[in-house]
Amino acid sequence: MIVGDHLTKRYPGGFEALRDLSLEIARGEMIFLIGHSGAGKTTLLKLIGAIERPTSGSLVVNGQNLFALRKKALPYLRRNLGQVFQDQKLLFDRSVLENVLLPLDIIGLPLREAQRRARAALDKVGLLEREKARPITLSGGEQQRLAIARAVVNRPAILLADEPTANLDLKAARQVLDLFVAFNRVGVTVLISTHEPPEIPEHTTRCVILDHGRLAS
Amino acid sequence: MKTWLRQHRVAFSRALVRLWRAPLNTLLSLLVIGVAMTLPAAGDLFLENVQSLGKNAHQGQQLSLFMDIEAPADVTRETRKRLAERLPGQWRFVSRQEALEQMQSSDGMAEIFASLPHNPLPDAFIIEPAQATPEDLERMRADLAQLPGVAHAQLDSAWIERFHAFLALGRRIVDLLALVFAAGLIAVTFNTIRLQVLAQADEIEVARFIGATDAFIRRPFCYSGILQGGLGGLMAGILLMAGVSLLEESAARLSALYGSHFVLKGPSLARFLLLPAVGAALGWLGAQLSVSLALRQMETTPQ
Repeated sequence: MIVGDHLTKRYPGGFEALRDLSLEIARGEMIFLIGHSGAGKTTLLKLIGAIERPTSGSLVVNGQNLFALRKKALPYLRRNLGQVFQDQKLLFDRSVLENVLLPLDIIGLPLREAQRRARAALDKVGLLEREKARPITLSGGEQQRLAIARAVVNRPAILLADEPTANLDLKAARQVLDLFVAFNRVGVTVLISTHEPPEIPEHTTRCVILDHGRLAS
Repeated sequence: MKTWLRQHRVAFSRALVRLWRAPLNTLLSLLVIGVAMTLPAAGDLFLENVQSLGKNAHQGQQLSLFMDIEAPADVTRETRKRLAERLPGQWRFVSRQEALEQMQSSDGMAEIFASLPHNPLPDAFIIEPAQATPEDLERMRADLAQLPGVAHAQLDSAWIERFHAFLALGRRIVDLLALVFAAGLIAVTFNTIRLQVLAQADEIEVARFIGATDAFIRRPFCYSGILQGGLGGLMAGILLMAGVSLLEESAARLSALYGSHFVLKGPSLARFLLLPAVGAALGWLGAQLSVSLALRQMETTPQ
């Protein structure tokens, strides 16, 4: 499903976020990427999410070689990936429902069908009753769950989550992780990064530890 | 196809809502665009009216064909025949006798002509072409001067040439004005759309990350540009009509003083509709340039 081969990412200025990293993730796996700040977790997720390109090495995601992919094809690849960003990137001038509708709007789903699917996604994360609320009125945990609803509403094959439990109390973090487990149980490949692992769910396939851009285990 | 159409419909309604939600900004933008489009359109309309005013005067343009004083009668007949074929109903013959009588009836000329031993005036043809440009007339003059028995062909068109030169200069000025204001309209739309793009930078970034194409992101902004330009053009049309109706009466009164029935004409329907169409096209161009540049600056493509 995801095959990274000798991936190196060097930023302007010379900082190497990833160094010769090779990684293979099979369909249906649930993986925790663990490492301290600056270990390269976010960079790796950005490479997989086609937001950044590696300096060297190759990366195949969902059968598509990101190096060979034309610029115009990138949006279509991204539609098959659910991404939960570190800063969530919620739209605060839109309602909860409208935030979840955005990915469906992009693929051009008819409004009625889109609303049905968006409400189903909100229901899964327990936010259906807050569909008219503005994200600013939600708690940290609820905002994170909203970000997850937006990431899964398109029924992606791969779900990437960057520090989804950061700044959440233990109970909220557990709720969020339970959601990832639930999605993984229905076949979604889940990749979660974290710098201080909470209680890692038993369901997790494996943990990958990153240290200064390299695999530590 | 259905999806594509739906996305366009949604983008259009979003652009409309965006304009509606900022009524003051929208009104000011439309005013700027409207006034910018009114000026060249008014210049164009002015020239058109001047041209139609000049059309009546064109009817007075004359080409005089003087026959050789010795020209035999059959040569003059042949010339009449040729003119009858070539310019039916647009000429008249003035015989030398008729010309002499006219001169003798003129104040101060009778004595002079009475003292002459014989009639010095030739037979003449006065040609009044229905519609002709100065170039056509000059061509006609040179051509008719070659007819047998014609001593001299004289064209009274200097003022027409001046009139046409004035119109040509006016047209050039209006074209330049239109060009300058078109650039201004593009700049206004460019700037307005740029501000809208910057205000929605977060939304654009998120949309890109979750799979929006550049075309999807560009669409509502392009519709904003089209709407602003189109509505601005419509406002220009309305301003123009209002201006014409304000001036109509004064122009009619002035022309009546000169014994003319000149009526100030407003823009035709086609010309009226051309204003929003041109405005929409320029608005689209400004928006397209603006949003493309902004998207390039916000590039999130893998580096």
